[in-house]
Amino acid sequence: MATQSDVASGVVRRRGLSLKQRHAALAYTLLLPTLLVISLIVIFPMLWNVVLSFQLIRLRDLPTINLFDLSNLSLKNYATATGITLGGAEATSTAAGRRFWEALRVTFIYTIASTVLAILLGLWAALVVRDKFPGRNIFRGFLLFPYVAPVVSLAFIWKLMLDKNIGIVNAMGTRLGLPSLSFLTTRALPVHLFGLEVTLPLALITVIAFEAWHYFPFAFLFLLARMQAIPEEMYEAAKVDGASPLQRLWYITLPHLSAVMGTLFLLRFIWTFNKFEDIFLLNGGAAGTEVLTLQIYNWLFARRNVGVSAAVAVILAVILSILALIYLRWFLPEEE
Amino acid sequence: MAQKPSRSSVTWSRERIETTLGTILKVLSIILFLIVTAFPLYWMLNLSFRPYGDVLVNPARLVPRAQDIAAVFAPLKCIGGNNPDLCASAIRNSSYAAVLLEYNFLTFIRNSVIIAGLTVALSLILAIPAAYAVTRLEFPGRDIFSWGILLIYLFPAIVIGIPLFVFFVRIQQALGIELRNPYGVTIIYLASTLPLALYMLRSYFLTIPKDLEEAALIDGANRLGVIWRITIPLAIPAIATVALYVFMIAWNEFLYALLFLIDSPPSWTLPLGLQQLDGQEVPRTFLMAGSVIITVPVIVIFFFFERFLTRGLTAGGVKG
Repeated sequence: MATQSDVASGVVRRRGLSLKQRHAALAYTLLLPTLLVISLIVIFPMLWNVVLSFQLIRLRDLPTINLFDLSNLSLKNYATATGITLGGAEATSTAAGRRFWEALRVTFIYTIASTVLAILLGLWAALVVRDKFPGRNIFRGFLLFPYVAPVVSLAFIWKLMLDKNIGIVNAMGTRLGLPSLSFLTTRALPVHLFGLEVTLPLALITVIAFEAWHYFPFAFLFLLARMQAIPEEMYEAAKVDGASPLQRLWYITLPHLSAVMGTLFLLRFIWTFNKFEDIFLLNGGAAGTEVLTLQIYNWLFARRNVGVSAAVAVILAVILSILALIYLRWFLPEEE
Repeated sequence: MAQKPSRSSVTWSRERIETTLGTILKVLSIILFLIVTAFPLYWMLNLSFRPYGDVLVNPARLVPRAQDIAAVFAPLKCIGGNNPDLCASAIRNSSYAAVLLEYNFLTFIRNSVIIAGLTVALSLILAIPAAYAVTRLEFPGRDIFSWGILLIYLFPAIVIGIPLFVFFVRIQQALGIELRNPYGVTIIYLASTLPLALYMLRSYFLTIPKDLEEAALIDGANRLGVIWRITIPLAIPAIATVALYVFMIAWNEFLYALLFLIDSPPSWTLPLGLQQLDGQEVPRTFLMAGSVIITVPVIVIFFFFERFLTRGLTAGGVKG
């Protein structure tokens, strides 16, 4: 800010006020179309969504109800969504509230696990690709496939590969004597491990694996770019000093990557947190995989309740705004 | 690694052990990564070339039989021929022909091309002047604008989706204008492409030296002429990258298509059309043919412009 106003005042002193004003006028003219579009499709909907979240609107009332009647705003939708009594507004059912908290929990598990896994896979891939080997470029191209291909295709490939009856994974598994599994629709799979019985949330694990697979190339590209920027002399010097390959990885490569990994984690966390289509396409949020975005969609189209759907959307937006602020405040300045 | 002593005097130093282990691990890793990335791609192709009956009986057949591949291509020979009945059955037996001709994929392709093309054009028309303003001109509110764009980029699409859905329904109700068509959703697609385009162009414009522009301005050229004749030509690589990314985002986009186009099948995009195919009694192998049709253009774009795109990606951080 300081430098900017210095520059501005310098301009003023040299060429008079009119140039500064002309610049500003031109800038606003150039920005106007973008601002209009963004106001229309982002800012106005976001604000309106807040209003909708306080109104009791059903999908079937949508064409006829007076949307601008702001006389009976209430917290009822939030009460219904979360199952908490708010300002005298009671929840209509406790089951819906339980579903919300369950979805919140699932969203966090899904987001954290798939983000961490995606970054670790990306790191692994970057370490493999860093040094030249025959066919490296083709290999690199294959690695990018899960990231660039349309999510609809990717989800269908997974659905077919994991199918209980015709899936290649189960076909191979049964040859090895493993039981055939419905990966995407099994809420809890009891497994005996070393005499202990553990229940695995199989469907959730599967969608986490999908998400990590879908986005590891993103982490891979960022980490590879950063890795290739580490000066070769550092490795040479470390080698002369007797550092082994593992030590060079631990004391040179990884410390250089920590800033990028932090940024990647937060970025991917935010994007995964508001991801909708991946789980929707894989299993529609069945078997314990209903994340918040799917719950918003289900409130709107399955339970046909616009108000509650908007209320959950506001809650999601608030959580994300906090995360976005963290991103802007702590991570971005370091990068630039 | 190069200075290997003779076999007898090999000392298994820590350096050597770790290097050897590292090489073994690396080879194993390459194989593993190929299995998880290239194999699904191959499997999609494999299934798309096999009749569903064969998949049911023999799910793990690794290479499609020659006669099945021939059946997929059979309609090529009969289209325009003089035996319509034979041709109809050939089309039904060919996953690709069936998807394209009987399940309206040709319409979906047209819709997707229109939407993606329009989205690219609009994103660039809006983002280039805006990115120029943010990088070259001083004005109050510049920082807020830059940060605001970034915030929008982090924002959930579904939160914007609900009110826009309500809005579109009401517009149709009140004014009789149906916005839920390929042209209407193009505007909404801008919500996910415009912030990206702006952000990437802004980073690129910052790297172009201002000297040339300033010289032209001193020589009396006007601003818009400078943008058109100097800034844009210099930024062609970045503009091309942005165009490709915006195209791919619009091509792959699913949520907005689902929210806004679901009620009018003639307007469906490829991803929506494919997803809707899933609900019907359609052989799974047809789904894979549809997946191949959607995926191939993206892979081709990426194959030809990979260097461009990966550089742009790490510069802008493309959301997926």
